[in-house]
Amino acid sequence: MNIRYFAWVRERVGLEEETIEVPASVKTVADLIGHLKSLDENHAAAFEEEDAIRVALDQLHVEADAELGDAREAAFFPPMTGG
Amino acid sequence: MKVTPVARVQSEDFDVQLESRALAEGRKDVGALVTFTGLCRDEAGTLSALELEHYPGMAEAELMRIAEQAVQRWPLTGLTVVHRFGKIPPGENIVLVVAASAHRRAAFEAADFLMDYLKTRAPFWKKEHLVDGDSGSWVEAKSGDEDDAARWSS
Repeated sequence: MNIRYFAWVRERVGLEEETIEVPASVKTVADLIGHLKSLDENHAAAFEEEDAIRVALDQLHVEADAELGDAREAAFFPPMTGG
Repeated sequence: MKVTPVARVQSEDFDVQLESRALAEGRKDVGALVTFTGLCRDEAGTLSALELEHYPGMAEAELMRIAEQAVQRWPLTGLTVVHRFGKIPPGENIVLVVAASAHRRAAFEAADFLMDYLKTRAPFWKKEHLVDGDSGSWVEAKSGDEDDAARWSS
């Protein structure tokens, strides 16, 4: 699965994007965050304030309990500050 | 007739007059044209630029989704939204909404709705660059922005 990071989430992870193998046990967005946190210290630091992170699956906003289904891209970012 | 909104994400500046004229020129059914322009403030002289990061693809799609909602909700004759990305110095434009309608209420409300939703739904993030050379912090979302957007769902 392609994972993308934006703004301070990107800075903390240290990557704009990466491709990961999603373990079979990872079914929801929350599971995916748990898995990413286990990868290394940077990922763990990026997802420390989990409540402050927004998620999009295939470029659509979703909540943490959303099923990954066959989504090809997940993106993680802070609350938007456009406008 | 169904109105197709215009939604653009671009690094270059936009021309408010040009975008406004595009919605009114040669027409006799437009009675109200509301434009909102968001500019970069200098924060009392401390800011050298705002860096606007966006999620390419999703940003365009989200602007269009928000604009489509406005077109369905109000009797508009035209709607344009333009959002810039990249490094924007104080005094320059960041965002533009132009709403055209037969009557003012629809145009005002649609523009207001669009800005509220854009602030809370469109994937853009602002990073401050300071005059003293520091790369400042990421602008934090205001809780009031969510409240503003919630006004439209009641």
